[in-house]
Amino acid sequence: MTSADGPVLPKLIGERVKRREDPRLIQGQATYVDDIKLPGMLHLAFKRSDIAHGVIRAIDTSEAAAMEGVELVITGAELAERLGPMPIGTPFPAPDHYSVATDKVRYVGEPVAVVVAADRYVARDAADAIMVDYEELPAVVDPEAAMEAGSATLHDGFARNIAVESYWGGTGVNPETAQPEDDSAVDAAFAEADVVVSQRMLNQRLAPNAMEPRGVVAQYEAGREYLTVWSATQNPHILRTLVAGMMGLGEHQVRAVAPEVGGGFGCKINIYGEEYAAAALSRLVGAPVKWIEDRTEAFLTTTHGRDLLGYVDLAAKRDGTILGLKARIIADIGAYEVLLTAMIPTLTGLMMNGVYRIPVVRHELTEVFTNKTPTDAYRGAGRPEGLYFLERAVDMLARELDMDPAEVRRRNFIPADEFPFATQGGLVYDSGDYEPCLDKALELADWRGLLAERDAARAEGRIVGVGLSFYVEVCGLGPSAVVPTGGWEHSGVTVERGGKVTATTGASPHGQGNETTFAQMLADHFSIPLEDITILHGDTSVVKQGIGTFGSRSQAVGGAALISAAGKAGDKMKQFAAALMTDQEVSPEDLVFENGRIQVEGAPEVSKTFAEVADFAYVPVPLPPGMEPGVSEESFFEPENNTYPFGCHISMVEMDRDTGETKLLKMIAVDDCGNVINPLIVEGQVHGGLAQGIGQAMFEEVVYDEDGQPVTASFMDYVMPRAADLPAFTLDKTVTPTPVNPLGAKGVGEAGTIGSTPCVVNAAVDALAPFGVSHIDMPLRPERVWRLIQENGGQS
Amino acid sequence: MSDPVPITINVNGRERAAAVEARLLLVHFLRENLNLTGTHVGCDTSQCGACTVLLDGRSAKSCTVFAVQADGAEVQTIEGLAGGDGLHPLQDGFWEEHGLQCGYCTPGMIMSAANLLQDNPAPSEAEIREGISGNLCRCTGYQHIVNAIQHAAERMARA
Repeated sequence: MTSADGPVLPKLIGERVKRREDPRLIQGQATYVDDIKLPGMLHLAFKRSDIAHGVIRAIDTSEAAAMEGVELVITGAELAERLGPMPIGTPFPAPDHYSVATDKVRYVGEPVAVVVAADRYVARDAADAIMVDYEELPAVVDPEAAMEAGSATLHDGFARNIAVESYWGGTGVNPETAQPEDDSAVDAAFAEADVVVSQRMLNQRLAPNAMEPRGVVAQYEAGREYLTVWSATQNPHILRTLVAGMMGLGEHQVRAVAPEVGGGFGCKINIYGEEYAAAALSRLVGAPVKWIEDRTEAFLTTTHGRDLLGYVDLAAKRDGTILGLKARIIADIGAYEVLLTAMIPTLTGLMMNGVYRIPVVRHELTEVFTNKTPTDAYRGAGRPEGLYFLERAVDMLARELDMDPAEVRRRNFIPADEFPFATQGGLVYDSGDYEPCLDKALELADWRGLLAERDAARAEGRIVGVGLSFYVEVCGLGPSAVVPTGGWEHSGVTVERGGKVTATTGASPHGQGNETTFAQMLADHFSIPLEDITILHGDTSVVKQGIGTFGSRSQAVGGAALISAAGKAGDKMKQFAAALMTDQEVSPEDLVFENGRIQVEGAPEVSKTFAEVADFAYVPVPLPPGMEPGVSEESFFEPENNTYPFGCHISMVEMDRDTGETKLLKMIAVDDCGNVINPLIVEGQVHGGLAQGIGQAMFEEVVYDEDGQPVTASFMDYVMPRAADLPAFTLDKTVTPTPVNPLGAKGVGEAGTIGSTPCVVNAAVDALAPFGVSHIDMPLRPERVWRLIQENGGQS
Repeated sequence: MSDPVPITINVNGRERAAAVEARLLLVHFLRENLNLTGTHVGCDTSQCGACTVLLDGRSAKSCTVFAVQADGAEVQTIEGLAGGDGLHPLQDGFWEEHGLQCGYCTPGMIMSAANLLQDNPAPSEAEIREGISGNLCRCTGYQHIVNAIQHAAERMARA
């Protein structure tokens, strides 16, 4: 299609635009941290504890230090003279935690010394040659036993290994006092209930396993007192702030770069000891240094996710109406609190309202130290745990009442006309319309047909089950009041000479496709071709400010900042355009962007090209009164609230009677993430999320033995979902825009991970119900399933 | 440390001679000595397949091959797959079908898929899923990767 002056530019928002990131990635031309080489660069290797708990008596570094090619060997105690305890990002009390352990080790893999050497092979040889003498202490492994009086303790000042305790309940939290309202209402609700379902459930420990392990290159230039850190991080600006603080530098003396980053899933939010150590050691040895994690180090030292034990009670009337919820949650947070550790389990209780009107809630949370790798965010970060506990309990209620699981949920949904909806935990759900989403999922799955298929399979003696879940999650983190780093995002938009556009975003991506979606938004905003736009990110010397990419915030917060900056840049372009059209008495307010031109609305003949206006902006002769030359605008966007996407997932599983192996036959997901910028990318996000949620349900678990030794420290022991383990997913969506940002987009990065886990376990319990099974803990390990079948004599 | 061992490997059609430590892994020879950083390391135990290259025409995990073992062999990496201008149909398929997100597993995944399509030019969905089960992807849930390989197979069948 063409207009008189050239091609009509198609609108790109909502279109399946191919990613602009891909050409470099599919040709091996991208630059990840390990691809960076600097002149004179040295390599780090960390000597790590091979025991779970012990006092360091002595470290002998002499053999390592004498090896050819070794520049320096430094112990944790020596490094602590240069680096203080690491900062955390939550307001909770926390024990000191050094980059490299100083006097005591508290988990297998904790670093105790560092080697700086000419190449990575030599560095590893030297680390292996370091001898550490430990006085071993009893390992604290079971979080419930850890709280008993006789347990060994990890940290002075944290009696019974308790890091955080919180309690709220009753009819809600009083916003004035932040204290629980009348708590007796919970007991009353349970007393009057027709049915109460109660279950202890483990939401097991997982390893995030981004395919690119962590890595860092640090270069301190003494001559200009300037530090540059390249790191596989989700949030270079937070890295800059924290590394500057640890190094005694100002933020003006530090540049942090997230180059190409090979996945994050939450484990690359934290700023780790290796990053601080690399910065300090570059300054100490006067050369750039590099450290690249291997996979076993990733299993041992990169933060784990989940590991929440829940005691859940749900009270209801005979007709399925939920009367109250009690949840006692014990979070096994591992050996230390890192950046967001203590905050993550608090999200679990907050989200346990789910999509239901639950009149009263009581929530108890205890976070416990154990001799394991510290936990932090992992895709979903607190929400999957809460929704798992709730959606399992609701399913148990349906089974107890012999009701259809969809109908129990429908009966308790928050009605569409009650949004914005304030939950017991003090959240305000922005928007929601749950019934159409449920109906669409039931129709897409052919729910009745699925049940008939299951029953027919059972009649043949097969072990088949169907499951359903309905989730709501919290996205678009901010606002600043609830995010310790600040909950805004920043963007800059520059219209260059020739009418091209360069934009920056602080939402530093690692697979989310922001270079594409953000360009789509600008292309529509300015009505210029996608090819005329470049999106830059990940470098604090290019992107002035930022927070980062986590909590499904790229679009909802970062995209909103982009649109805000684009609005300012557009206003200025219109002013320059009007100045070029003074003879036609055009006012900026009359102008619109249309097909590469700035024109009077409805009158394309009164126009200038976008390019000629841009050129004029940089040589504005005469300069319009009151204006500065150029077009380069920026914006901080502070969201007024979070967004609350939701969705319904349905699955079907079959179990092998003889081996206990579970096969996922069908997975149907109807998600509502508000307005969609690029359906192709949204589908990819949902697919990946589903795979990870299914991975938790079926395969994945970090296991420690009774001495705190990790049993799962490679991909040989830790089962990741592979292509042949998964079916083709069936997706659809409903669209309920959010009023919180101008895009109406809610965020989608974590959705799949949240709904799919309880959905698959609900299907597994349905399959095993004829054997008298009412619950099974994850993962659905064949041995575990087989035993449950055998306990009933193998007969259903 | 042992004396350096002289090796000659044909990489992407070019003879590359070097004297290397006997324990040097092929992946590090490619990445460090030749600066071919498109081949990635994801696990060191040949479970994830990020380091997959074609060794004498067959897919091999270059993190578990010593460079000296490849002496005299032909190695093809992601950088040499297209063999000239433009994209290989697999690269095109991954782009068209959104077969990648973070991109880290992608070069190895594409090289594995190249091996698969050599053996089976018209694989079913199940055969594709089985064929790439030596490669881990944490981002995509594999569905778009399956689509990408089907896309490539169809294009190659037409060519």
